[in-house]
Amino acid sequence: MAKTKTPAPAARPASNGSSGSANGTDPITNLPDRRAGERTYDAIVIGGGHNGLVNGAYLAKNGLKTLILERRHLVGGAAITEELRPGFWFTTFSYALSLLRPEIIHDLELTKHGFMPLLMPSTFAPMENGDYLLLGQDHGENLREIARHSRHDADAYEAFNHDVLRVCRAIKPLLDQVPPDIFSTDPEELIALATLGSRFQSMDRKVVHDAVRLLTGSAADFLDDYFESEILKGYLASSSIIGTKVGPYSQGSGLVLLYHLLGEHDGEFGSWAFHKQGNGGFTKVLARAAQAFGAEIALESPVERVITKDGRATGVALIDGTEFHAPVVVSALDPRRTFLELVDPRELPTDLVDAIERFRFQGTSAKVNFALDGAPRYPALGDRTDQFRGFTNIGPSMEYLERAYDDAKYGWYSKRPYIDGAIQSTIDPDMAPPGKHVMSTFIQYAPYHLKGSDWDAEKERFGDTVQATLESFFPGFGDLVLQREIRTPLDIERTVGLSEGNIFGGEFLAPQMWLFRPAPGWSQYRTPIDGYYQCGSGTHPGGCVMGAPGKLAAGQILKDRARRGSTARTKVGAGA
Amino acid sequence: MIRTTPFHERTAAANVSGLWEHWSGYLVARKYDQSEKFEYFAIRNSAGLFDSSPLYKYRIHGPDAEAFLAGALARDVRTCAVGHGQYTAWLDDRGYVVEDGVIFRNAVDDYLLTSAEPNFAYFDALIGRARVTIEDVSEASAVLSIQGPKSREILACLAPEVAGLPYFGLTAATIGGADVTISRTGFTGDLGYEIWVPGDQALAVWDAVTEASEGRGVLPIGSIALDMARIEAGLLLLDVDFQSSRFAWTDAHRSTLIELGLGWMVRDLAADGRAFIGRAAIERELRDRTSRWKLTGLVFDWRDYDRHFDEAGLIPPKDHTPIDAEYYIYDDSGNQLGYATSQMYSPMLQRHIALARVPLDLAKPGTRVKMELAVSHRYEYFDAVVTRLPLYNPDRRTA
Repeated sequence: MAKTKTPAPAARPASNGSSGSANGTDPITNLPDRRAGERTYDAIVIGGGHNGLVNGAYLAKNGLKTLILERRHLVGGAAITEELRPGFWFTTFSYALSLLRPEIIHDLELTKHGFMPLLMPSTFAPMENGDYLLLGQDHGENLREIARHSRHDADAYEAFNHDVLRVCRAIKPLLDQVPPDIFSTDPEELIALATLGSRFQSMDRKVVHDAVRLLTGSAADFLDDYFESEILKGYLASSSIIGTKVGPYSQGSGLVLLYHLLGEHDGEFGSWAFHKQGNGGFTKVLARAAQAFGAEIALESPVERVITKDGRATGVALIDGTEFHAPVVVSALDPRRTFLELVDPRELPTDLVDAIERFRFQGTSAKVNFALDGAPRYPALGDRTDQFRGFTNIGPSMEYLERAYDDAKYGWYSKRPYIDGAIQSTIDPDMAPPGKHVMSTFIQYAPYHLKGSDWDAEKERFGDTVQATLESFFPGFGDLVLQREIRTPLDIERTVGLSEGNIFGGEFLAPQMWLFRPAPGWSQYRTPIDGYYQCGSGTHPGGCVMGAPGKLAAGQILKDRARRGSTARTKVGAGA
Repeated sequence: MIRTTPFHERTAAANVSGLWEHWSGYLVARKYDQSEKFEYFAIRNSAGLFDSSPLYKYRIHGPDAEAFLAGALARDVRTCAVGHGQYTAWLDDRGYVVEDGVIFRNAVDDYLLTSAEPNFAYFDALIGRARVTIEDVSEASAVLSIQGPKSREILACLAPEVAGLPYFGLTAATIGGADVTISRTGFTGDLGYEIWVPGDQALAVWDAVTEASEGRGVLPIGSIALDMARIEAGLLLLDVDFQSSRFAWTDAHRSTLIELGLGWMVRDLAADGRAFIGRAAIERELRDRTSRWKLTGLVFDWRDYDRHFDEAGLIPPKDHTPIDAEYYIYDDSGNQLGYATSQMYSPMLQRHIALARVPLDLAKPGTRVKMELAVSHRYEYFDAVVTRLPLYNPDRRTA
């Protein structure tokens, strides 16, 4: 169970070289010579986050001469791992893997390039009364552990998982398909709609109803149907608020919960993994795969604008004035940047511009990362530290989460925040020196807009609040802290480029999903500008390190090229 | 009563799963805690500690030891320098494999051979008039295997000799006050070492290694995790992937060296004038192409795999637990071609994989075959691709 972030390109070129990880040297070195030589490509991808890399890799695999432009000094967007203190590797933003589409792993041959999702053997949920819920890999033991909190909930947990799995099985195919265009009269679209409709028709009524309840209702309503234990509900409901400005009692939190349960690791739904060397390790794998297919990656190459001519995209201009030309330009940035910054909104239909201006970002999550002198201790577990090998979920009840949300509702960060902790160094020796640790904590709520103040002023106090909360669960925590790195929504926006620091490239709200992501009529990765495409997390199926937007967009690009009877090298469909 | 190894005091304390198995008359852990897959990842990501003590070990020494072994073993032991080891096999006169093991050369005329099952009588009977002595030293030393990318740096903290030790190299060292021999060997297909220590000093070595491993994600690993690693590495297991020709009932249960994919052991046959047991049969097999099949890797088509289960209304299982049992392989028309002997879902390859025997004309990598697996209580036929072994082979294994 847990949570993640999204990609997109990034801001301010920093000087940190950040290569030479324990996994070997950084391969991202083939910067094209900007002054001379070839500046014409078949496709240019703006943004070297995970979706940009996936998109570029698929295009290159299908024979397109592809250039991926990344603004920062490293690839990965929000999925990066940085050595912020010698020997301590921080998963600065995104910190775990689950929703990544299995197809991408195979199509892009990621296992050849070091793909390595490490099993998290446990999940630890401390409670305010000093007790805890500790779930591991033994199903029978887990049920006993749940029964310790509620005898009723042991088999209710089985029923919940069974019902949710049936919904996941039903919904999952949507993650791997371009949304149908319900506004189109194209026969192909009508067929797609009919196919979709018939699929629903053949489904069990309860599954359909559960799906709708999850997609539109609150996590609390759904969980209350099954459970009585506050800790179990708190733990499960924690997945219903990630990255989104909702509380577990808000309508809409069910959708976020469902997304997190849809993730899978080695075929197990709802299961998460740490990629070796963090999610930055993962995006380096993607970069190596993209390069192996022939894509070029240029770092420290911030794009200023997309060049258009007669309603067609013809290339991009960097901030330094360098121009690269291609008949296909793909933006892996969020919808606001894609439609309102990279191109002149005056070139776009008014209804689209309106929709993008109304698109909700309102980032509400922050990260506080710690370098620790040793593993924390939880009093009830004595000197044990194996409980930290997976997520540590500080969200002991739905009420705790909702009260944390209340603060955000009125424009402030939570006084007792929800915390998703992850100490990857407990299982990955390449994250910290022996005996030392790096702890990533994902924090909610931390609304982008603070009432009567701003993040530059509140940053340290916010960090103190988080640390005090951790101290209350892990006495002595503060003494372990060697270094603290605070990343507010404003930092996320400034560093990664995600508008308002929204980790999903736009909120996970029903009116912003599927057919409407990022805008009605523009959910199929195209834009009104011929040759200009979108592939960021602001497109279907959205954020989390899923890669589906990058892959699905590549499929559309290749299909359009084939239609146009373009060069013979191109095969139809990205999954070839 | 079942025997325990010299590490038992420590492995028993570490094994909180309570799951043990009997291996060669000894009690060994199946897994130490809840997840064998987590132990497996220690091998691929950090290092795993495995108690290999139950191996049979034979000291073979004397002035004629080299000549004796050159005639008894298929691989040319004369090319094994002092301070090195070799993975080898011994054959019967029809070229069928009796068993496999590792031979170490401790001195010009002093060797140590490991095997999974007893082979004392077998080798003793071959000695004849040669000036060779064979001793069963199985109980003389315990073996602690440390396998994984971190194994070198951890062991080098205790025994600097290890830093430059080549693949299959052998060195003397002192660990935890005990005089040990360290070999760069293992059964995981990863960077790894085995520490050979007199039984009465085994605990000191365990303690020193675990202390040096502290904070590096190292775990004791049980037999299930080892089995996972060895399948990915294409390492064969006696009585799973092949049977000893000595005890097989029919030739259908015997395998030649070539058939097992171990022909590389005798690659230089022309330049190698040895008369060794099975040589004539191998030459005949190669010349007349009489191999019945070749043992190779299979990698399942993931899309096809998922489809079979999706269509049955099921979530495709991706179970890493090795299945050491026979499953049958067919062509598109339903003719049986061969069979798989080990299979699992590989977390490193993200695919279902198998070790299988296929006819020679299908042994070319890339050939498609079908494997029979049950879905919803009936057999279905899954697409798989013949793939060269090892299926997982990191550079660090030999680097």
